[in-house]
Amino acid sequence: MTLSLLFEQLLNGLQLGTMLFLMASGLTLVFGVMGLINLAHGSFYMTGAFVTAWVTGTTGNFWVGLLAGTLAAAAVGALVEFAVIRRLYHRDHLDQVLATFALILIFSEGTRWLYGSSPLWLNVPDSLAGSVTLPFGVEYPLYRLAIIGMGILIAIGLYLLISRTRLGMRIRAGENDREMIGALGVDISTLYTLVFALGAGLAGLAGATIGALQSVQVGMGEPVLILAFVVIVIGGIGSIKGALVGALLVGVVDTLGRVLLPDVFKLFMEASAASGVGAAIASMLIYILMAIILIFKPNGLFAVKH
Amino acid sequence: MKKVMNAGLGLLMATAIAAPTQAENVKIGMITTLSGGGAHLGVDARDGFMLAIEQAGRDDVEVLIQDDAQKPDVAKSLADEFVQRENVDIMTGIIWSNLAMAVIPSVVRQGTFYLSVNAGPSDLAGRLCHENYFNVAWQNNSLHEAMGEYMSTEGFENAFILAPNYPAGTDALEGFKARYTGELANEVYTQLGQTDYAAEIAQIRASGADSVFYFLPGGMGIAFMKQYAGSGVDIPVYGPAFSFDEIIIGAIGDAAIGVRNTSQWAYDLDNAANQTFVSSFREKHGRTPTLYASQGYDTARLILAALEVAHPDDKDAFREALRAADFDSVRGDFRFGTNHHPIQDIYVREIVASGDGVTNQLVGVAVEDMQDVYVDQCSM
Repeated sequence: MTLSLLFEQLLNGLQLGTMLFLMASGLTLVFGVMGLINLAHGSFYMTGAFVTAWVTGTTGNFWVGLLAGTLAAAAVGALVEFAVIRRLYHRDHLDQVLATFALILIFSEGTRWLYGSSPLWLNVPDSLAGSVTLPFGVEYPLYRLAIIGMGILIAIGLYLLISRTRLGMRIRAGENDREMIGALGVDISTLYTLVFALGAGLAGLAGATIGALQSVQVGMGEPVLILAFVVIVIGGIGSIKGALVGALLVGVVDTLGRVLLPDVFKLFMEASAASGVGAAIASMLIYILMAIILIFKPNGLFAVKH
Repeated sequence: MKKVMNAGLGLLMATAIAAPTQAENVKIGMITTLSGGGAHLGVDARDGFMLAIEQAGRDDVEVLIQDDAQKPDVAKSLADEFVQRENVDIMTGIIWSNLAMAVIPSVVRQGTFYLSVNAGPSDLAGRLCHENYFNVAWQNNSLHEAMGEYMSTEGFENAFILAPNYPAGTDALEGFKARYTGELANEVYTQLGQTDYAAEIAQIRASGADSVFYFLPGGMGIAFMKQYAGSGVDIPVYGPAFSFDEIIIGAIGDAAIGVRNTSQWAYDLDNAANQTFVSSFREKHGRTPTLYASQGYDTARLILAALEVAHPDDKDAFREALRAADFDSVRGDFRFGTNHHPIQDIYVREIVASGDGVTNQLVGVAVEDMQDVYVDQCSM
């Protein structure tokens, strides 16, 4: 393992982390402000990717597609909040899990009905294709570098939104005391719809950017959703800062684990078996990380006090 | 809940399978994957199969088609339904090896013929081979083995090999290593369903390998190839046709150009049966057939050829007729080994630009008269 390879893998971990942050921030906001467990968050990720692929295919412009995908995911989020989620705030978590799981099935089959079961074609825009040379002689794909940059910008933007704006103040107030903010005359249902749409839009943006790297297909959101849940549990449910730290931690540990563990096992095992065992343990690594963190910090790293 | 679902399923099947039959008719039961992430394989196998049946114009051959949704338990209960209630003579259609293992051994033991359009798990070629079971596609390892041999003859000596960490993935890498003579730069198992390959691609770049072999079916392969092309690594890539069928490379786009893959069939193979098949398939469905469609087509044509000789009720005569494989396969020469698995040429295809998209083009033969390695374990 050379230094430059290690540096490149760290960047890969960072890139995975920023993407997870986009997913996890919406999830943790919705839980923090409304107390809702939303399993259908992965469907907004898928919506963003499909609309982006479709609009990019029609207009030929990736950026128009990206904008359309993000807005479409936010709009679908607002619509779902208005039609379904609103009725769930006062129910217990089991009802929320059941209802949002039903939404996953509806979204998946609906998307299949609209677009068919073959994956859609979406590619990295020409202006971000290819790779650049970084310090330590690392050659790194430009698009992934752009994703890292975008993730950092969005993290800063979210921080400013929540700490400096009136909307952010209301979100923080909503996290602290839901009844009181309603009693003070804030239009709580509009606030909820806005927060939900914001989270859905961020998920859609994540799906759209990742769709260009991976394949745009039905069910693409659920594996990411599981990771996003791990992230918010590690970070402390309801905490944006926790989501950021948790996402970067999970991204880096997962990436380095996949690369380093097989090499570690090769020290005392036959190469082919070591690859298999290493890969198997690497796939468990983030869950082991989560378990260890929860032993010492049962409410996550940045637990929100209620 | 389960009871309701079972009742619903029963109703569905009762309506789907209500057509009365006469004694002389031949009933074929097809269980295949028509929904879910792996649906395009089953859809193509079905469309190829039905095309051959329609072309034959025989109205005494009845085909019942059911969707297994890629679930072994669904496939198993559909198979019981076909064998016990419908008394089908022949069964076919299963795509995935884990479903095949759940269904085929019991079906053939009950005296029904089974012809596999796709799945070729090693047990059915060796230890559990059966006189009523025929595989018209390949044994699972074949295309990987052929690629191992092809890359050796091409002079590659330091390959980086990659597959998901599950049984078919380990089989793929074992198959590859069986005939590959060079060194391995690295052997990496990824998670099943993994979609981000940045870490593996960085390893490939740093490994100093002279070639990459990978088996990543479905969405995994699309994600890998797109990211690989964007990474600036220019080590040549090889794999089996499962990673590069026409539908997958359509989703990868230009990034797939130049990749070579092994297949037992290519749509531009020059023989009369294949030309008829490809042109009529395109005319009927408006797309280029995949290898799965060719396998469905060949399976139906093998059945039709055997029906010319005997009715499946005369089991011994029908079995002999199947074994003779007296039909013009779209892949050229075709015959069965003693374990009822094909002995056939494995071809090499290269992905090239064509019109708006990309397509596979025949390059040459990787291995002539390839037979699977499990034939010795079969007691037939």
